[in-house]
Amino acid sequence: MPESLRDLRRRIRSVANTQKITQAMKMVAAAKLRRAQEKADAARPYGAAIEEVLRALATGATRRTSPFFEEREVVHPGYVVVTGDRGLSGPYNATLLRCAQQAIGERAASARVVAVGRKGRDHFRRRGYAIISELVPVGDEPSYEQARAIGAVVARAYLDGEVDSWELVYTRKISTMHGQAVAERLLPLGPVSGGETRPSASFLFEPSAEEVLALLLPRYIEALIYRALLEAKAMEHAARMMAMDSATRNADTLIRQLTLERNRARQAAITQEIAEIVGGAAALE
Amino acid sequence: MTPYPVVIVTPEREMFRGEAQMLILRGTLGDMGVLAHHQPLVTGVEPCVVHLRQSDGEHRLAASGGFLEVRSDGVTLLLEGAEWPEDIDVDRARRALERAEARLSSPGPDVDRPRAQRARLKALARLEVRGQRPESERAHAPAEAGAAHRT
Repeated sequence: MPESLRDLRRRIRSVANTQKITQAMKMVAAAKLRRAQEKADAARPYGAAIEEVLRALATGATRRTSPFFEEREVVHPGYVVVTGDRGLSGPYNATLLRCAQQAIGERAASARVVAVGRKGRDHFRRRGYAIISELVPVGDEPSYEQARAIGAVVARAYLDGEVDSWELVYTRKISTMHGQAVAERLLPLGPVSGGETRPSASFLFEPSAEEVLALLLPRYIEALIYRALLEAKAMEHAARMMAMDSATRNADTLIRQLTLERNRARQAAITQEIAEIVGGAAALE
Repeated sequence: MTPYPVVIVTPEREMFRGEAQMLILRGTLGDMGVLAHHQPLVTGVEPCVVHLRQSDGEHRLAASGGFLEVRSDGVTLLLEGAEWPEDIDVDRARRALERAEARLSSPGPDVDRPRAQRARLKALARLEVRGQRPESERAHAPAEAGAAHRT
C-alpha cells in the first residue's frame, strides 16, 4: 500500500523547503568564495615580495645565526591545524582532520596543537591533545591580525623549546574549486621556495644581514600562515558550495520521485472512487 | 629628479604601484630618503610617515613598520600595515595614542614597553598624516630634505 496522499504531499513540501535552504546556502557560499579568492589574490604581492627579500638574505652564513633554521631533535612536534568553524561543507573538515591525524601518527602524546577553527578545536579537545592555543571562530574572512596572533604563538613556543618543529596542516588550493589537505613544514624553515636566487653580495643590509633577518623571519612566518588561512577559507567556501549544490540536486531527484508517487496515489484514489460509484450504480439497477 | 619604480605592499593589499622621485621614511638606523640609483639595500622600517614624492606633489601614508628593499630596478616597501590619510580614523588613532602613553607611564613590570612604544609611534604617524599630530611632538618630526642620503 503506497503512503497516504496527505503524507506524500507533506513530504514534498518539506523537501522543497529544505531545498530552498540548501539553494540559498549555495549562493551565499559562492559569494563568500569569490570574496575569499579576491583576498587571497590581494595578499599575493606581499608574500612574493617578502620571499624575495628572504632569498637575498638567507644565505648559508646568515642562516646559521637564526634559530628558525636550526634543525633539532624533535621531542614535541607542533601542528597548526586549520579547519572550518562549521560543518555542512561535505568532507572538508573530515579530510583535513584525517590528514592531521596522519601527520601526527603515533606521537599523539607528545604533540602540541594550535587549533584554528571550531571543528578542529573540538576534535583535538575530545581526544585529549595538548592544545597550546586556539583561534575560534575564524569567521568568513581571516585577517592578517589573526595570522599575526598565531605566528606569535608558534614563534614563541619554538624559541622557548616547548615545540621543536611546526607543521601547518591546511587545505591547499589545487584549482578554483578543488583543494587538498596537506601537512607542510613551517619550522624549522627549509630553503625558501620559488624564484631565482639573487646574488645577495650586492645588497647593503642595515644595520646588518643578521639583524634584518631576525626582524624579517617572524613576518615571513606570519605571511606563510596568512596565506594558508586565506587558501583554506576559500577552499572551505568552495567545499560548502559544492556540498550545497549536490544537496539541492538530490532534493530535485527526491521531489520528482515523490511527485510520481503522489500522482500514482491520487490516481489510485480516483480509480477506486469511480469503481465504487460504478459498483453502487450497478447495485441499484 | 629622476623617477624610479616603487611598489608598496601590505599583507592585505597592494597600496601603490607607480613611480616616485623620492621616498622618505624612518629606517632601523634613522630617517632616510631614497633617490634614483640608490645602492641596493634592505633595511627595517619603523612606524612612521612615509613621504612619496612625485613630479606633481607629495603623497603621505602612515606605516606601521616593515621593510624597505632597494634594487637596481626599483624599490619595494613591505609594510605590515599602512593607510592613506583618507582611510584613517582620527578618533581611533587618538584613543590608541592615549592607551599607549598610559601603558608607557605605568610603572608595572608587566608592561611590554617595546610594544607600547611601537603602538605610540604608529598612532603618532597616523595623526601626523592627517595633520593632527599633537604640538608637543612636532619637534621629533623628521628633518626632511636634510636626511636624504645618496650613494
